[in-house]
Amino acid sequence: MRAKDGLQGRAAAESAAAVVTVRVFRFHPETSAPPRYQDYRVPAAPGMTVLDALVHIKERLDATLAYRSSCRMGICGSCGMFINGFPRLACQTQLHTLGSLVQVEPLPNYPVVRDVVPDLEPMVRHHTSVRPFLIRKDGEREPPTAEYLQTPEELEGYLQFAYCIKCGLCLAACPTVATDPDFTGPQALAQAYRYCADSRDDGLAARRAALDSLHGVWRCHLAGACTEACPKGVDPALAIQLLKRLAVATALGLGRRRLAPQAPPPVAVQRRPDIPAPPPPTVEVRHGGGSG
Amino acid sequence: MRSGRALRLHTPPRRLGVRGWVYAGRYGIDRYLYLLQRVSGLGLVLYLFLHIYETGVRLRGEAAWTATMALFRHPVFVFLEFVVFAGFVYHALNGLRLIVAELGWALGAPSRPVYPYRSSLRRHRPWVYALMLLSGILLALAAADIFALPG
Amino acid sequence: MRESQWWLISLGAAALMVLLLTVHMGLMHLAGLLRAAGVDLGDVRSFAAVMARGRSAVQLIFYLLFLAAALYHGLYGLRSVLLEVTPPRRQGLLSGLVLLAGLAAFAYGTYVTVRTFTG
Repeated sequence: MRAKDGLQGRAAAESAAAVVTVRVFRFHPETSAPPRYQDYRVPAAPGMTVLDALVHIKERLDATLAYRSSCRMGICGSCGMFINGFPRLACQTQLHTLGSLVQVEPLPNYPVVRDVVPDLEPMVRHHTSVRPFLIRKDGEREPPTAEYLQTPEELEGYLQFAYCIKCGLCLAACPTVATDPDFTGPQALAQAYRYCADSRDDGLAARRAALDSLHGVWRCHLAGACTEACPKGVDPALAIQLLKRLAVATALGLGRRRLAPQAPPPVAVQRRPDIPAPPPPTVEVRHGGGSG
Repeated sequence: MRSGRALRLHTPPRRLGVRGWVYAGRYGIDRYLYLLQRVSGLGLVLYLFLHIYETGVRLRGEAAWTATMALFRHPVFVFLEFVVFAGFVYHALNGLRLIVAELGWALGAPSRPVYPYRSSLRRHRPWVYALMLLSGILLALAAADIFALPG
Repeated sequence: MRESQWWLISLGAAALMVLLLTVHMGLMHLAGLLRAAGVDLGDVRSFAAVMARGRSAVQLIFYLLFLAAALYHGLYGLRSVLLEVTPPRRQGLLSGLVLLAGLAAFAYGTYVTVRTFTG
């Protein structure tokens, strides 16, 4: 049968592949047992990632292992772990780059839920505190009637920092986060800059207390570990230094950038003859915004 | 979905603490430049307080002053003087680099991340090399003066 | 005042000190090199030389500015480092102690400088 051939083929390939030792941090906080490391022998086929190894352990060797993962392709940010001395995404770390011993620990600077699962609450709390959303004073938000006009140059000024996947590796890397629980952290500060630099946003004053404060941007000292650790090239260190420039410019009263205006309503526009009109609404629209 | 408050965790964060300033993993040079800036700064502050006190010795008259200066010619003090000077050279040059970088200059503009990512700190690296070169030259000059030349 | 303003003052003090400390270091520690370059300052650390320098008005301004800049920058940095390892409740106390130490050192340094100036 085809399935049996497939299984035999895979077993043969695995026995021919190298075997690595995966040393995993085991910790069950609800019990009183102290943390320990446990070694597993995992066959390392070419192309296997650390996440593949953990899946293998859980499926074949030890079902009590706990880890967090989701997309397995480096976009959800769930599988951040401290692997062989550096914070990485397990799904994006190839076993063949790590040598014969692979040490997997939970991310430092976070509480541990179990084994290698960190509690990312510190990052979420700081992220929330910088109000990571567009803030406009002119009240044109719900319901929106027109788009904001933004040039491509204005977009390039903040787009890099919008690629953050909230994996939390940068807080694990930062030396200030290692000692200071009140420090806003590189992820939140980079996201704060992403919004402050967005021409559609008018919220610099609203965020000032979280940013231009004792534990805001000024606790960053350009150690650059966050940028090194970031798996998506977001470069939070750059965002934070640019945020410092913004804070200083605001404190000195220098230069305000242009605020993106709303698109003006179309004037003297006629529907093209080959485009049919929209059907009448089937849902009653109760608020006072424009419809259709 | 129930909020996170329903989950009671018994563990505090595994913060690395001050040890995390010294070594936390396989990081690049910028992290150690930061550490050295802190160490040299703390050393210089300590020296500053001792120095302010020491300049007050002159008010006790010439004899006290000359005795103190003679003490400072002892080889251990001469070596420590060189260490203070080295600390100042590094802290000042790195500090000048940090003034520029922390105001957002010399790091390049934001750009869309395309793998393999070339971070702003990589683009900034020539400044670090220039700093190290200049520090080396000044320290060599200082060593020549303090240890080799008379007076 | 915002934190960025305190930081900017520290930056200004740093920039000022690069100049002032370079002059001070050159004078005090690199006299041998200056002599090799042809500028002979004599024994800069002898009692007579110290008191003579201390009596000039330029030196008075130089030292007072230098002292203020050095103490501000140094103690702002010390406070920055200690802030990260101090629990939140004690951070006000920390700032207060650092400020006190700075004022005390400035008072003493000014006293020494002015006493030397007035003889």
